[in-house]
Amino acid sequence: MAELARTPATPPTAIEEERTVSLWGEAWQRFRKNKIALVGTGIVLFFIMIAILAPWLAPYDYKEQQLAERLQPPSSEHWFGTDDFGRDIFSRVIYGARISLWVGFFSVLGSIVVGSLLGIIAGYYGRWIDGVISRLFDIMLAFPSILLAIGIVAVLGPSLQNALIAIAVINVPNFGRLIRSRVLSIKQEEYIMAAKAIGMSDWRILFHHILPNSLAPIIVQGTLAIATAIIEAAALGFLGLGAQPPNPEWGKMLSDAKDFLTQAPWTMIFPGLAIMLTVLGFNLMGDGLRDALDPRMKS
Amino acid sequence: MEAPLLEVRGLRTSFFTDDGEIPAVDGVDFSAREGEVLGIVGESGCGKSVTSLSIMGLLPKGIGKVVGGEIWFKGENLVEASERRMKQIRGNEIAMIFQEPMTSLNPLFTIGDQLVEAIRLHTKIRKKEARARAAEMLKLVGLPRAEQMLDEYPHQLSGGMRQRVMIAMAMACQPALLIADEPTTALDVTIQAQILALMKELNRTFGTAIMMITHDLGVVAEICDRVIVMYAGQIVEEGSVQAIFRRPQHPYTAGLIRSIPDIRGKKERLYSIPGQVPKPGSVRCGCRFAERCEYVFDRCRQEDPQLYETGEQGHRTRCFLALEKGGGVDERPVARSERA
Repeated sequence: MAELARTPATPPTAIEEERTVSLWGEAWQRFRKNKIALVGTGIVLFFIMIAILAPWLAPYDYKEQQLAERLQPPSSEHWFGTDDFGRDIFSRVIYGARISLWVGFFSVLGSIVVGSLLGIIAGYYGRWIDGVISRLFDIMLAFPSILLAIGIVAVLGPSLQNALIAIAVINVPNFGRLIRSRVLSIKQEEYIMAAKAIGMSDWRILFHHILPNSLAPIIVQGTLAIATAIIEAAALGFLGLGAQPPNPEWGKMLSDAKDFLTQAPWTMIFPGLAIMLTVLGFNLMGDGLRDALDPRMKS
Repeated sequence: MEAPLLEVRGLRTSFFTDDGEIPAVDGVDFSAREGEVLGIVGESGCGKSVTSLSIMGLLPKGIGKVVGGEIWFKGENLVEASERRMKQIRGNEIAMIFQEPMTSLNPLFTIGDQLVEAIRLHTKIRKKEARARAAEMLKLVGLPRAEQMLDEYPHQLSGGMRQRVMIAMAMACQPALLIADEPTTALDVTIQAQILALMKELNRTFGTAIMMITHDLGVVAEICDRVIVMYAGQIVEEGSVQAIFRRPQHPYTAGLIRSIPDIRGKKERLYSIPGQVPKPGSVRCGCRFAERCEYVFDRCRQEDPQLYETGEQGHRTRCFLALEKGGGVDERPVARSERA
């Protein structure tokens, strides 16, 4: 009966000892339990390590040509074989990780910054500003994205940097629309009204309340977008519009290898595998992040 | 007599939609003195929330607009004040709390972060001092273990606790006027009483005037000094709480009071006022309550009633019945024969 005599004013200690966990902390707990997502993250980290440690990992210089050893099959000397200039494919794939990840991260970062800014302005201010920005997005989305990227590179001139810019530009509408829709729904939340009622300025509300609350979908979409950006960079490289020789860009390596496909399939298999694995890693990680950050979306 | 803290004169607020202009508030006059608790009562859509948003200057941009009248606060007409000035006033001199405590706090930040932010918006003090102030405010609104709560997230608190946090945030800069828009509607009945008691206490301690917007006459009886009853964008009755409960002069007020469940009553069915609130702007002529009124007579449909003095101090009603002599509505002969 002693338990019953306890008043609600002094809750049992169990409640008092509950740990303070932020929403991010909770998401991390969920993410940690997702094995597939952890595998994806492992793959991504693996490639990041390779990219960082490339000079120490690669047995040869990626542009060192040994014409005597052209199109050698994989051996203990050249693990992934050699290409038509006698360059070590293993070393080239390792250095290629630098290029692909670099393009992936920075093009997506660019898309996020520009897209978020436009999306926030469109969503928060609405009216004609929203009309102009949204129509701009619609126009951009009316083009097949790779075609638009090719067009942009054609104007700017083929180079890795311009390929990066093109990829960033074509992904802006995706982020812009995502953020705009988040802003539209968060704007209706009562805490935004409450923030206004204590005299907070628009910019402060945008960057202190609306942006942090839109961060979860940006992170998810961003991770998945890195995967597509890597493929797009490879596609531009394959078409000769991205990285220029002798840079070991994976897409470029594929296109160089296509003439020797029957005699030396290894020239194509290893860069192809590298692309596939990185993209897979980012996709698995992105899916895991989505499940962790927005449990309601999980089917 | 000294000038009132807040004086609203002939306020008209409209919403501009695809269907044209909708007058949500149509000529509202009232005032609130310092330290007074003023209740604004009415059904949903009667314009009570729009009145408060007009005072705060928080009408949805591009849709809602004050189209006429003046709002005088401490000698300043808020209708003409710049947005910059309004930002200084909001939270500092007039604060507001809302109906939904569950969603009034940003889920991503701790209670402390949000309180500190609110305090530092209007007072230039360091974070550490603001944090001490925040803890002090939490204790003031009756939250135990305030220090610990500063580091907690909104989802860890109950609805009643969150409403207390909202009140702490609103009171942080000791505003002269606190507008409470249905602050207890979303709470459990037991918590409602606690929150009302807290508000009354803050009102007594700091002399903060409270404008209590509610549809619950029980809330009014509990804490208000004076009441304004609104119907279809107009004030239909105004007076002291006692006067309105004992001798309601407007049939609508009388109807509202009759629809309160009485624990002693053996009535099988609860009284309800027949019909619905007319759509704003749909009544072109005559009393807006005429269609639902059981005392309606010809004049009600032909002329717009004004707010008439009832003879009692500060008690006014928008009903032609008040022009005749006599007591409250309930003692009048029912003119059923004249109903359409």
